[in-house]
Amino acid sequence: MRAPDHPILAKGDVLLAVENVSLGFGGVKALTDVSFDIRKSEIRAIIGPNGAGKTSMLNCINGFYYPTEGSITFQGLKRPKMRPYEAARGGIARTFQNVALFKSMSTLDNIMAGRSIKMRSNFFWQLFRHGPAMREEVEHRKVVEEIIDFLEIQHIRKTPVGRLPYGLQKRVELARALAMEPELLLLDEPMAGMNLEEKEDMSRFIIEVNQQFGTTIALIEHDMGVVMDLSDRVVVLEYGRKIADGTPDEVKRDQRVIDAYLGVAH
Amino acid sequence: MDILYKIFIEPFVFMGEAPDLLIQTLWEGLVSGILYALIALGFVLIFKASGVFNFAQGIMVVFSALILVGLYEQGVPALLALLLTGGAMLILALTVERVVLRPLVNQPDIILFMATFGLTYFLIGFGELIFGGSPKEMITSELYLPQGTTEVEMLGGFVRFQHLDIAATVIASIMIGLLAVFFSKTRIGRALRAVADSHKAALSVGISLNQIWVIVWFAAGIVALVAGIMWGARAGVSFSLQIIALKALPVLILGGFTSIPGAIIGGLIIGIGEKLGEFYWGPLVGGGIETWLAYVIALLFLLYRPQGLFGEKIIERI
Repeated sequence: MRAPDHPILAKGDVLLAVENVSLGFGGVKALTDVSFDIRKSEIRAIIGPNGAGKTSMLNCINGFYYPTEGSITFQGLKRPKMRPYEAARGGIARTFQNVALFKSMSTLDNIMAGRSIKMRSNFFWQLFRHGPAMREEVEHRKVVEEIIDFLEIQHIRKTPVGRLPYGLQKRVELARALAMEPELLLLDEPMAGMNLEEKEDMSRFIIEVNQQFGTTIALIEHDMGVVMDLSDRVVVLEYGRKIADGTPDEVKRDQRVIDAYLGVAH
Repeated sequence: MDILYKIFIEPFVFMGEAPDLLIQTLWEGLVSGILYALIALGFVLIFKASGVFNFAQGIMVVFSALILVGLYEQGVPALLALLLTGGAMLILALTVERVVLRPLVNQPDIILFMATFGLTYFLIGFGELIFGGSPKEMITSELYLPQGTTEVEMLGGFVRFQHLDIAATVIASIMIGLLAVFFSKTRIGRALRAVADSHKAALSVGISLNQIWVIVWFAAGIVALVAGIMWGARAGVSFSLQIIALKALPVLILGGFTSIPGAIIGGLIIGIGEKLGEFYWGPLVGGGIETWLAYVIALLFLLYRPQGLFGEKIIERI
């Protein structure tokens, strides 16, 4: 509802800062004292073994969970409890580990749903599909068509997404997130379950989004080759704690990271 | 053989012999069918947005009619009372969202269903406390609803059209049309369908569940109000009106719980089927089959299409 009231950030400024975040569910600690930042226009990877708390971290960032301790500052604004729709309206878009689409709706409608936060025309005009509502619909359709072209999904425009193969569903989900024109795009395992060719396509799209629109991207991914190629900086979590943070090369050489992935002799 | 003749031949012969009576029966079926569809729509709206079967929809029909009549009895002009009742339904929607739905978010469906049971009994008690338990007259003429009848000569007889029925059909059709367009064509409609498909994804694109819930409960409240006025004008305003709302159940089984066209067509099938059954086949068993025929039709449908005429197919991967 409210227009985001924040300073315009230059490339490289801190867009989102996670400070000493802990998250617990009853006795289970999902995250313990995690701090890192995401800078404007970078691709930031969050990696770690299964159960390390990566998805929990994303859920905290977009407001599905509230951290039990610590704070998250987005665009210089620290909000103690941010609801998911407030995060979305503030410019945080995301995709999910196991695709969350509107299955009975067409690809087009799914992507249009991503535009809903940008639409402002009132009830009355919408009901009669005239005047401002119609102009608005046309204008947003144009943006949506651009995204469809960009992601090469023209041929499935009218297909109900429930019927699409998994790889394309993931692409539609990305399209919907892009339709929000986000400041920060969170991708939760964008390449899980994809074959090599689909992975290459997806990598290309991620890089193009980042370079063409300057969108900041935080992604969780298990394919180390992809992570090392795509990301500018990597943060590594294990058992809910941060164990390393740095460029892909630094992280790759870090002894704790190697131990976490390969195991240590006890 | 005689009984077979009475079931399969005689009623149709009778229909052919007296087409004016057939038209009359069809018309009455159409009127109640459209009103059933309107009530069923109230259920569909809430079911789509929150996956909850709102048991309280029937009492909302009674409650809204009681508020309207009650306000009028207190000396509020009829049209102002209508407006205030609309406001009361908005307050009800806000309260339900805040007090019932929000604390129970992410609970199993059965819990939410039971919560609407609780809401039903609360509204019954609250309604009786304020308005008393005795039946009331709907303020038909004060709301400028037409009364009287027109007889049209056709097919060798007379067909009677009650003006109130005509008005009810027109108003209910307009309501249904507006709601259908609203939910299929507008941004909020798209948001509603999005919420129906996936709460998680809807939240992630900036749709507020709380807002959507208030909107659907308010829409369901307005639908209840219109249904309350129309049924109230035909049968009086009393708590027994909620039984009529339960007729929406077979309509929903027929049409599918999530489909707006399903609610409309289901309503018409039940309404017309019921009246035809009562008039032509009722005498075979001594009449009174109108009260249960709808459920039998629904039961037969359940055997062949458990998801209803237009409901989403239930496919489970093993």
